[in-house]
Amino acid sequence: MAPILQLKGITKRFPGVLANDHIDLTLNQGEILALLGENGAGKTTLMNILYGLYQPDEGEILVNEQKVIINSPTDAINTGIGMVHQHFMLIPVFTVTENVMLGSEPVKMGDFLDRPKTSARIHEISQQYKLEVNPNDYVKDLPVGVQQRVEIIKLLYREANILIFDEPTAVLTPQEADDLFSIMRSLVKQGKSIIFITHKLREVLDVADRIMVIRRGAVVGEADPKIADKNKLAEMMVGREVNLVVEKEFKEPGEVVLSVKDLVVANQFKQVMVDHVSFDVHAGQILGIAGVQGNGQTELVEAITGLDKSASGKILFKNEDITNCTPRKITEVGSAHVPEDRQADGLVLTFPVAENLVLCTYYKEPFAKGVVLQYDKILENSEKLISDFDIRTPSSLTPVGSLSGGNQQKVIIARELSRPIQLLVASQPTRGLDVGSIEYIHKRIVQKRDEGCAVLLVSPELDEVIELSDRIAVMYRGKIIAIVDAGNVTKETLGLLMAGIIPEKIEKEQGEKVVEITF
Amino acid sequence: MTTTTAPSTAVIQRARISDISRTRRISTGVIEILVAVFIAFVFARTLQPDMFTKFVMTPGGITVGSMGDWVIRSQFTLYLLAALCVVIGAFQLIKGFGKFTNLMVGFVFLFLIFSFLTWQAAGKSLNLAGMLSSSVQLAVPITLGAFSGILCERAGVVNIAIEGMMLMSAMVGALMGSITDSAWLGLFFGVLSSVLLAALHAVLSIKYKIDQIISGTVINMFSAGMTAFLSQKFLQTRQELNNPAMFTRVEIPGLAEIPLLGPIFFNTNFFVYLMFALLIVIQVALFSTRWGLRMRSVGEHPKAADTLGINVIKTRYMAVLLGGLVAGLGGAFFTLGSVGRFDEGMTAGKGFIGLAAMIFGNYTPVGALGAGILFGFADSIGSKLSLLGSTIPSTLMSTAPYIITMIVLAGFVGKGHVPAADGVAYTKE
Amino acid sequence: MRKKDLEKKDLLKTVIEELNGGEPAKPKKKRAFWKVIQIPALAILTGLILGAILIAATSFTVYDAFKVGFFNGIGTAFAEVGKAYLGLLTGSLGNPVEIISALIYGDAQDVRNAINPILESLVQATPYIFAGLACALAFRAGLFNIGVEGQLFMGAAAATFVGYSLTGLPAIIHMPLAFLAGALGGALWGMVPGLLKATTGGNEVINCIMMNYIAYRVTTWLLTGPMTRPGTGGMPISPIIEKSAQIPQFFKTPIRFHLGFFIALAFAALVWWILFKTTWGLNLRMVGVNPRAAKYAGLNITQVTIIGMALSGALAGMAGGNEILAINRSMAIGLSAGYGFDSIALALLGNNHPVGVIFAALLFGVLKNGATKMMVVSGTPIDIVTILQAVILIFVAAPAIIRAIYRMRQPLKEETAAASFTLSGWGGGK
Repeated sequence: MAPILQLKGITKRFPGVLANDHIDLTLNQGEILALLGENGAGKTTLMNILYGLYQPDEGEILVNEQKVIINSPTDAINTGIGMVHQHFMLIPVFTVTENVMLGSEPVKMGDFLDRPKTSARIHEISQQYKLEVNPNDYVKDLPVGVQQRVEIIKLLYREANILIFDEPTAVLTPQEADDLFSIMRSLVKQGKSIIFITHKLREVLDVADRIMVIRRGAVVGEADPKIADKNKLAEMMVGREVNLVVEKEFKEPGEVVLSVKDLVVANQFKQVMVDHVSFDVHAGQILGIAGVQGNGQTELVEAITGLDKSASGKILFKNEDITNCTPRKITEVGSAHVPEDRQADGLVLTFPVAENLVLCTYYKEPFAKGVVLQYDKILENSEKLISDFDIRTPSSLTPVGSLSGGNQQKVIIARELSRPIQLLVASQPTRGLDVGSIEYIHKRIVQKRDEGCAVLLVSPELDEVIELSDRIAVMYRGKIIAIVDAGNVTKETLGLLMAGIIPEKIEKEQGEKVVEITF
Repeated sequence: MTTTTAPSTAVIQRARISDISRTRRISTGVIEILVAVFIAFVFARTLQPDMFTKFVMTPGGITVGSMGDWVIRSQFTLYLLAALCVVIGAFQLIKGFGKFTNLMVGFVFLFLIFSFLTWQAAGKSLNLAGMLSSSVQLAVPITLGAFSGILCERAGVVNIAIEGMMLMSAMVGALMGSITDSAWLGLFFGVLSSVLLAALHAVLSIKYKIDQIISGTVINMFSAGMTAFLSQKFLQTRQELNNPAMFTRVEIPGLAEIPLLGPIFFNTNFFVYLMFALLIVIQVALFSTRWGLRMRSVGEHPKAADTLGINVIKTRYMAVLLGGLVAGLGGAFFTLGSVGRFDEGMTAGKGFIGLAAMIFGNYTPVGALGAGILFGFADSIGSKLSLLGSTIPSTLMSTAPYIITMIVLAGFVGKGHVPAADGVAYTKE
Repeated sequence: MRKKDLEKKDLLKTVIEELNGGEPAKPKKKRAFWKVIQIPALAILTGLILGAILIAATSFTVYDAFKVGFFNGIGTAFAEVGKAYLGLLTGSLGNPVEIISALIYGDAQDVRNAINPILESLVQATPYIFAGLACALAFRAGLFNIGVEGQLFMGAAAATFVGYSLTGLPAIIHMPLAFLAGALGGALWGMVPGLLKATTGGNEVINCIMMNYIAYRVTTWLLTGPMTRPGTGGMPISPIIEKSAQIPQFFKTPIRFHLGFFIALAFAALVWWILFKTTWGLNLRMVGVNPRAAKYAGLNITQVTIIGMALSGALAGMAGGNEILAINRSMAIGLSAGYGFDSIALALLGNNHPVGVIFAALLFGVLKNGATKMMVVSGTPIDIVTILQAVILIFVAAPAIIRAIYRMRQPLKEETAAASFTLSGWGGGK
């Protein structure tokens, strides 16, 4: 078997990040190569290079042992590379035929579209690869799984030989995912070659012919799915080394502060994102929510903090019902929120540091008398917090947008933690920060817990969750599939749980340390 | 364990959809019955049973294709129309018309207008054909403006500069039409000036990524200032520069003799024929050609188009320039097809109403023409009513197109599809 | 005391920073100042140069001179432009010789007459201040109020109605009442698009434009019908307002300088205070800059949007009411000549800051007032002002063009436009 595609020493740097570090990759004709790695490991960057959306800083690409330069998606298409994007590149108000033909339309009489010709070709393709679809349907009326089929047909219509699937199951139900896998197998049987990007272990073991694991932009190993060990793969994927140790004493948990009961949250497309979730967070305790991004954590936090409405279920704050209350009401009962996207939600970037430090309290004494803002008090508060929380800024009047990411996050932490609060909801509090800031923010969160505050910590960073939490809840597809004691759980176990696999012997291994397992 | 996801999704979805259609069904039915009550009690009851309404069915000044007058019993007609509305409304309330709901609303609306005319002209005579004919004439700039908007916005560029482009074309058309003494050359230069403004809009909004509304506003200001400046400098000081050759009425042999339709559609101005020709051309080009498919894809999902090798920037430039061309044709109508002279600010917001017609017509050429004629009709009602000595102030009547537009925008009359990337500048990664 | 120091030190600095749209404060005030005004200043300069070219290019005198010889033509072109711009300058700022001689002889009436062009420029600037504030306030709240024209009409109509229909009130009550009626009329008219945007998602731009045309027709109807002046046979003009409702002019005719100018300044200060010193203003600005963060901070976006449009409309209504009460004293159609579009230019030129708007309004007032004289001395139509305004606005909105012309360094960071809106279509239901 000759390699149909070879990547040699591909390196890509973004400011401050080494996204791909001398990656070598070989894809043989007629195989499914799985590219396994955590979010942010550099898989998508690599594939965008292959698809012409980015240019590599170093390295070369060979197709059929010929060196090629791919400057645009058009080049990629012409060399026979096609990509099924994670977010479909489909136009909802166009029919299947129109979507498939767009960009390489057959025409007659000058410029008139030859729709029947395309429809016939689509029909042929769907017969050949068992991709059932009606060419005359509008894409917006199709279920997600069928939309993905249209994406695949688009590639086959352009006679692509190398198909890249970028996290294709992220938006699919399990049944749809199974359908997709059988389609993939039928594709390779007929001579196509597939690169399958994912972070889901189980899928890899189900469908891949060969596995390549990427961590922090570099290839860390290869495996054969027939003989690979799940635990070993999970370990390879998440890494072993623990960089940050947070000093934390054992603390007896206090009363229940936040209680979530049977909560259901739907997104704007009315898909259920949080699916009957229940848990409690006690005073003086950190409950970590682990899980791959996009498994409902964002929606869960938004419902708890009042940014989004829940469809059913209850949220109690010290037995007070705060379900579907406004964010202001929830803030006023004594809850703080460090939002996931600090620049979009947590800060007004063009406003000075001082105003951002009172973003949730500016309308109350002492910062306002009636409607008049008391800028002397606001500035006083700001000077104090800047020195207390070690925020590096030229002055209180500097727009917060011109600070570094770490200092922006410190502004939020300072604002939220300086209030008298009983509950802290921290969503990815250290995303994209440098080590120093991470350490500082971790210390502050633990300090708050020691003072008796209940903390709900959401993070896709396994290390962070393990280090900080007292208990860990794992979220998968909108459900909490397990709540475990953080002290004794291994990273491998959590890795498997995050991938939706419940280890058979979890109870045996953990013994009585497992606090609760819910299915 | 994950199988529970699917059913709960479905339940939420179903609940929402049935909610909306139910309230809409009932409110539509109630409104239709209220219209009936209005016709019966406000219009019909104020008339005497022996009053007649006379509709003249030939526009003034036309001899080919004339038709006899149409005389009806005023009050009887009104009660009949009210009864029809009640029947439609009742059916709507009880069972609903499903996908024909909007069509039925249209009928009720038509009955309301006809009742209004019958009521106003009771005991008098009204030239209905003349009114329709002038509606079509008044619809020309509105519809062409809407076509211009469709071309731009289908490709994702918002264009509120249509008004300014029309005004410029009207002025340049008059000036050059006078200098060259040729309506065709006047038209050419008028359209050229409009295309130049469109090019400015394209550069500002596509290249410099200025907010498209600000860019459009600037062009409107510039055009208002420039046309007034040049008009005072040349057109008003030298009358011979403001006396262009005009496009005259062209009679299409045979077709012009059809009663009612002939005089309105086949014995009329070049611009009316142009409007219908463009209707077909744009409709076909948008939905049946490669060019149209690519243009629409750029307005819907430019990134998807880009990944398929379509040049988003070039496509948008082309669309805006073509939009400028069509707006220029609409502007030239004022001086070369209708008035024969340029006056400052003579477009009087027709470009903006064109945008409204575009929205009302759901971004399709056919819809835009329908909306354009409706707005033209609303305009001509105002002028005819004052001739009849109506008690209803014509100035208030003429706000109808604007109010209709606002109602449509609010989504009360069902909403259509707006190009998804409309107004969003495209930046390549 | 510390508090006092802080206030003193920071007032100028904050103003500069606000004007700057959030650049970090520079140690040297001079440079910060230059940074604020360089783009507007160069935009105005470039606009005037383009205007000069237009004047020369449309002058028959220049063409005739070119027939004689090239240098003759060039010279005549400069002379023509000089004549026009000199007219603009003396028409708007007065003739220095006259002013000095009047000051020397010291006759009060002569002095007043000599500086009347300056006063008249202030008179012309007054509605611009109100209208520019209206637009700037809306921009700050993330709203594009292109409906200033209509709100101005309705404000004028309301002020006129209160001005002539109520009799026997003392001026101290009647005048403010009529003025506030103007504000209310504008506020109600402006609130409609705000309400529609907040509740149905209908885009405020088209709705505002539609409201403009409706306002134009409604006022026409009012002036020919319910509000017509008795005895004119339905001419579109209202009765003259009561003396007690008039905003006083300071001097005898023909000097029209009036109290309204100071009312406008007071409102500019008020808007500045509300925007930057109160919780209301913080609410507006937060929703305008980052609605998501505003929601996070606990604001009701719907409510703030409606209030923002109503306040903006109120200011626009004041522009109309003020013109009636201080200058026209009765309402006729054709009251506003494009203040609606001009207000957008004013707001952008003034970087949506009340202080900036005042300067922009003074500039526009000077241009408009001077243009009258310019027309008399050089035959250049007044509308050149609108052209200048449009050209200046292009450069202010796209600083990249100005930087390219003057070969200035492009900023490293992609700058945020003076006003940007995530517009997706024209609405039609959320």
